Amino acid sequence: MSIIEVRDLTRKFGEFTAVDHVSFSVEARQIFAFLGPNGAGKSTTIKMLTTLLRPDSGSVLLNGFDPVRNPKAVRNSFGIVFQDPSLDEELTACENMELHGVLYNVPRRLRRERTEQLLKFVELWDRRNSLVKQFSGGMKRRLEIARGLLHHPKVIFLDEPTLGLDPQTRNHVWTYLKDLNRSEGITIFFTTHYMDEADRVAQRIAIIDLGRIVASGTPAELREKTATASLEDAFLTLTGKTIREEEAGSLERMRMMRRTRGRH
Amino acid sequence: MKTIYILWLRQLKRYFRSRSRIIGSLGQPLLFLLALGFGFGPTFQRAGQGSYMQFLAPGIIVMSIIFTALFSGIEIIWDRQFGFLKETLVAPVSRLNIMIGRTLGGASVATLQGIIVFFVSMLAGFRPANWGMTPLAVLAMILTALLFCALGTAIASSLSDMQGFQLIMNFLVMPLFFLSGALFPLPNSGAIAAIARFNPLSYGVDALRSLLVNIGHFGLAVDFPVLAAITLLFLLVGSFLFSRIQV
Repeated sequence: MSIIEVRDLTRKFGEFTAVDHVSFSVEARQIFAFLGPNGAGKSTTIKMLTTLLRPDSGSVLLNGFDPVRNPKAVRNSFGIVFQDPSLDEELTACENMELHGVLYNVPRRLRRERTEQLLKFVELWDRRNSLVKQFSGGMKRRLEIARGLLHHPKVIFLDEPTLGLDPQTRNHVWTYLKDLNRSEGITIFFTTHYMDEADRVAQRIAIIDLGRIVASGTPAELREKTATASLEDAFLTLTGKTIREEEAGSLERMRMMRRTRGRH
Repeated sequence: MKTIYILWLRQLKRYFRSRSRIIGSLGQPLLFLLALGFGFGPTFQRAGQGSYMQFLAPGIIVMSIIFTALFSGIEIIWDRQFGFLKETLVAPVSRLNIMIGRTLGGASVATLQGIIVFFVSMLAGFRPANWGMTPLAVLAMILTALLFCALGTAIASSLSDMQGFQLIMNFLVMPLFFLSGALFPLPNSGAIAAIARFNPLSYGVDALRSLLVNIGHFGLAVDFPVLAAITLLFLLVGSFLFSRIQV
């Protein structure tokens, strides 16, 4: 049974097609990697799956619900760790966890239990009453991950979760995630630029480039298909070696468009 | 209900934690009170209008309320840029509840600010005519705060960055304030009177002034229904625009 079902998903920003007739599906309980160079359309796709952005055309079913028609049911089904920060810096680590727990309706007892467990896990328990604005980049990232795991949804989206973390923490986080995936059957949908990471943990991979899916399969299948020895080589064979322009957020893109339009 | 409460609490925590913001936002009302109050006082008296400090203080209280309330609403842009907005938008709670929590939080903060300025103006010599009316005066403050918080939300939901902020300050907030009768008695006819009639702030100023010092222009029977109606309208518009936010 597939828990995410995407058909012909398309989203344009003005003339620029960020996501172009993308179709794929993710099986329940799977660890799924969504890979692609910068600006390939990964984040835009995730935004459409998570009700933050309306698609221009195509359809999405997440846990059987349509994000456009039934956003609340979809939001009840997933959790997400964003690529860019989304903490309230004026609150403490604990307060950020608490706020998340209340928003996701985690019962008080469980909320306290998991907050302690997770903050200890990311080694922030000693700093639980410090304001987040005093944290370093790595600490914020860890808190963000801990917060994303506070409630146990059907699907967890992780948009470059391990970016900027040292190998120890990365390992640590993945051990926890794989555990969660096994024990609670939570589907994990993640993006990363570390190909070795994808190779090691993903059961299935889809590669997106220039808004289109260029390949999908198990890591081994992708290596076989491209006759390469590593996933990194397979990735480069599929997406080419040119360096892509840094991805501008959709907001920035809209802003740029508005400015250009204003000039004419 | 819990969602509304936790988001309300968040606004309050943020307010009490930024002492510099509280003190900073007292500077402007204080300056207005002292410079205008004592500067125009004698002239006002000679014109047979009574004590200017008594007249001015309710206007300055309302000023601090709208500045704080609008700013709380506009904080959405801030949250959007710092990313926190996304955290609330993907949560399984209705956008209406998010909006209500934020607006109530912002309005509480603005009302508190108004009450602080009320006491500050007492230091400058202001005395309410009738203490029994102060609970009603607080109600007028709350309504005004809600109204402008909702307006701030509506504006912030349709802007994506802080660049438009200066524009709003100069072309919306300042005119609203100066053309509301906060600083001078509204004439009964002419352009100013006509504009003031369409300015929601005029009714907030008038209600507060009627209740605190018994000087009224429109009358409480007009002020409260108008304030309530416009507040409701802005809340509806604000929540509609907020529900359409995409990140």
